[in-house]
Amino acid sequence: MAAPSVGMLRRPELRLSTGAQLGLLVVVVAVLFVPFRGTWNLAHHDDASLFKALNGIRDWVDANRTINPVFLYIFGPIRSGIDALSEALTFVFDHLSWVAVMSIATALGLALVSWRTALLVAGSLAFIGLFGLWTEMIQTLVLISTAVALSLAIGIPLGIAAGRNDRFLRLASPILDFMQIMPAFAYLAPLTLIFLIGPPSAVIATLIYAIPPAVRITALGIRGVPSETVEAATSLGSSDAQILRKVQLPMARRTIGLAVNQTIMMALSIIVIAALINAPGLGESILVAIEKLKVGAAVEAGIAIVLLATVLDRVTAGLSGSPADEHRLRRFDPAARRRVLLVAGALVVGGLLGGLILHAGTDFPSAWHVSIAKPVDQATRWIEINLNPVTDAAKNIVSKYLLDPLQTVLETSPFWLTIAGIGGLAYIVSGRRATVAVVISLAVIVLLQVWEHAMQTLTMVLVGVALTMLIGIVLGVAAARNRIVSAILRPINDAAQTLPAFVYLVPAVALFGPTRFTAIVAAVIYAVPAVVRLVEDGVRAVSATVIEASTSAGTSRLQMILKVQLPMARRSLLVAANQGVVLVLAVVVIGGLVGGGALGFDVVAGFSQRNFFGRGMAAAIGIVLLGVVLDRITQGAGGRRSVGSVARRIVFGAASNRPTAM
Amino acid sequence: MTMAEAPGGTRAAGTPASVSGPSGPGAGHAPGDPTIVVRGLWKVFGPAEKRLATSTEPVPPNSELRNRYGSMAAIRDVSFEVPAGEVFVVMGLSGSGKSTLVRCLTRLIEPTRGEVLLEGEDIRTCSPSRLRELRRHRFSMVFQHFGLLPHRRVIDNVAFGLEVRGEERKARHARALEMIELVGLSGHAWSYPDELSGGMQQRVGLARALAVNPDVMFLDEPFSALDPLIRRDMQAEILRLHHDLGKTMVFITHDLAEALRLGDHIVIMRDGQIVQAGRPEDLVGAPADDYVADFVRDVPKAHVLTLRWIMRPAQPEDPLDGPSFPPGTVIRAAVHAAAATEKPIRVIEDGRLVGLVDRAHILEAVGGSEEPGGSEEPGGSRQPPGSPAPSEPIG
Repeated sequence: MAAPSVGMLRRPELRLSTGAQLGLLVVVVAVLFVPFRGTWNLAHHDDASLFKALNGIRDWVDANRTINPVFLYIFGPIRSGIDALSEALTFVFDHLSWVAVMSIATALGLALVSWRTALLVAGSLAFIGLFGLWTEMIQTLVLISTAVALSLAIGIPLGIAAGRNDRFLRLASPILDFMQIMPAFAYLAPLTLIFLIGPPSAVIATLIYAIPPAVRITALGIRGVPSETVEAATSLGSSDAQILRKVQLPMARRTIGLAVNQTIMMALSIIVIAALINAPGLGESILVAIEKLKVGAAVEAGIAIVLLATVLDRVTAGLSGSPADEHRLRRFDPAARRRVLLVAGALVVGGLLGGLILHAGTDFPSAWHVSIAKPVDQATRWIEINLNPVTDAAKNIVSKYLLDPLQTVLETSPFWLTIAGIGGLAYIVSGRRATVAVVISLAVIVLLQVWEHAMQTLTMVLVGVALTMLIGIVLGVAAARNRIVSAILRPINDAAQTLPAFVYLVPAVALFGPTRFTAIVAAVIYAVPAVVRLVEDGVRAVSATVIEASTSAGTSRLQMILKVQLPMARRSLLVAANQGVVLVLAVVVIGGLVGGGALGFDVVAGFSQRNFFGRGMAAAIGIVLLGVVLDRITQGAGGRRSVGSVARRIVFGAASNRPTAM
Repeated sequence: MTMAEAPGGTRAAGTPASVSGPSGPGAGHAPGDPTIVVRGLWKVFGPAEKRLATSTEPVPPNSELRNRYGSMAAIRDVSFEVPAGEVFVVMGLSGSGKSTLVRCLTRLIEPTRGEVLLEGEDIRTCSPSRLRELRRHRFSMVFQHFGLLPHRRVIDNVAFGLEVRGEERKARHARALEMIELVGLSGHAWSYPDELSGGMQQRVGLARALAVNPDVMFLDEPFSALDPLIRRDMQAEILRLHHDLGKTMVFITHDLAEALRLGDHIVIMRDGQIVQAGRPEDLVGAPADDYVADFVRDVPKAHVLTLRWIMRPAQPEDPLDGPSFPPGTVIRAAVHAAAATEKPIRVIEDGRLVGLVDRAHILEAVGGSEEPGGSEEPGGSRQPPGSPAPSEPIG
């Protein structure tokens, strides 16, 4: 009893506040920056020794692929197994006419969800066909099906284990975290080294990204079963297997349905970017169009991806849904249900027969193709001519006042000073462990000989994050305070989060052409929805009593936001910053495709040109390390992880980490 | 004084004096023996548990456990016996360890130390398969939040215990229908749990526990989640089922009125220890300490106490032709007779006059005096003559 009161009386330890520590850090770094400026800069060389060494490794792998036992007996069989699976699916689709595919998909929409969804499915697929992208869509579907089947086959059992076993969950959690933080873009290169370019590498890249949500959401579902229900079953003498089969799995069914839905959406986002390593499909269409700056064609392919994403999301959302839906389904008049299934069955049979009778091919009839490429190109040209002052002004202001000065500082600062500065920041906001990870990561970037490009990428990320947070906080606060704003933003955010990041490059290119700024715009568009949502939820969570108390004390609206709502939503803001950083990095590096330069471009070039393989590989690892640095700093700032935040992370890891696809 | 430090003097009340019989684990179980015997039961949560489980060193007080080991003892040296065929109530506020205790009795939570004998068999030494066997046939449990399976119809919820022990669908459905009727849910067998009210859902929970025809039922705050009116109905239901089926029941509650209404014997828990054990009237008439006294302060004494608690020795001048009652009569039942006469009521036990009760004392008890029975007697002990001491073993 006596101890705490003594503690309260004792003067607080003499310790600088976080703000003062940061100020001190800035002063020290600035003082060292002035005299050492322009020294120890580690300029970029395209033929750095490490790049050559990596090329050498590639050559060795190429030479030994057919004789080395590891490749012969481990990687080879994995590769051919995946190949066989996707070949089998291709075989099935090759024997289905487009009429049959369309009616089967529509029947699924009808049987799993509703008439409206069925119409949406039919309409969306028809549009894709009209754009002349049917074959590409089928190729994408084959890859997705392969990847999803494998992801679920691996992810669901692991998720069940993580749901039932605390130790397994604790063990798996950091691994799953790491799998999701890495931008897919970055691990394509090492994968091609082992599995060559093509579908198997694309599928494995997808697995890395799609397995974590499958594991996490399944575990969440198993853990969501009330402990009392499990106890009740135990107290009646159920065995472990009986509890799993009769209690946990049936009760987690809807959540596992959500896992399937999420896994499919993740798979789509990665499969699209896997076009970079020769995965066929809609991603390839968009990639080719973007590389040639054919905005019209890119928009068509982009719309096709959006439609396919919508179809997959809507149809599989029927698997999850809320308990209320289950209620509705169960109360569903059995006769009506039978009628629906009958119609769906008739659709399938009719589609199969119809395809035969009409001699419909596997491709959508080319006579019906409609292209919107031309009008879009015209519109783009109009924008270029007429909006040029506006877009140019935006581009120039951001470049001149944000990008250039920051890049100059980061490029001319001696590398050891930069590492010390970032390390110091990590120490102040995140503590010792994060600092170790950050400093080691930065040191390895130096050793990879990609320091200058890493600093350029970092510049883009920092500017992108600043813009994202600014826009995200403004919109988030507005949405939290105003029901109408929220009602408008919610569906837009929902839709935006189901799309692959790749798609966001298209409007950015249309507006700003191929520049560094384009990549930042795409990244901001991509990251803002997640930030808006987190900020809105955080501000909303401020208790009504506190708001009332502040209002009764005479707080103005601005004071309310700045002194009450934002400070109390601090935790959410920090989580939002963490998410924002990871998302922006993911897109900024893809921006290498559209003039973003730096590490992203090195990676892209590494795929297409043999000589640049080594540089691309080094850049890819550099991106991962940069991601670790940014994640560690912002995650630590989120404060100690309480039990609640761990639970939240399980959810967010799936729901809102999702857009980190690339 | 914090909640963690229980008054040292009350510890003894939790250790029944008579628990010394040499019936080791697995010893033969005679029909009259208590159904459950708990001896020296401990449950420690936290890193210190492993060490304390394997050693015999004394467990430090909770403050030390918490500060030094980051651990906590939820059950501290609890012993009691549950007589066959009784409703045995464990009462305590939240955090007193009562839910942990009941889970230790069925090994839903593994106890750290001590013995739990179920009809002479120590369940702590059971193999997992033997434990499953016991759970399937010998005891069953009812939960506060029901723990029903939302994806199964009522009948399949009730039949769940039969299903996991491998009974045929037809047989288990027949048995389940019987149970559904028994708990008054006829006509709801094919509903889903979420279509039923809370009270009806708990009837499903009861039916599920009864379906396996257990020897003992454990009820963990079964009615706490229900509305007060429904709760009264369900208590009546329990009394009816207990009367009809004669099951031994261990009933956990935080509600004193419920405990007094249902319990043949009651133990009151606090900070993982038993502060008092006895019949309802013992707790109300002779609270072991201020904690229990606080609890029973607002209980209408006349509803719980018997004449034994307020009678006085007969004096030569007393008129001995008043109405007579046995000493076990609840005071309230004697009010009418007392009102009809000026004479003191005679308390007769085995045809012998054991004492007299004045009308004033009856009125006082009914009127809710703070100190029923004894406060006016010079030097009066708070224990009625001939009544069992409050710390006497139950049963």
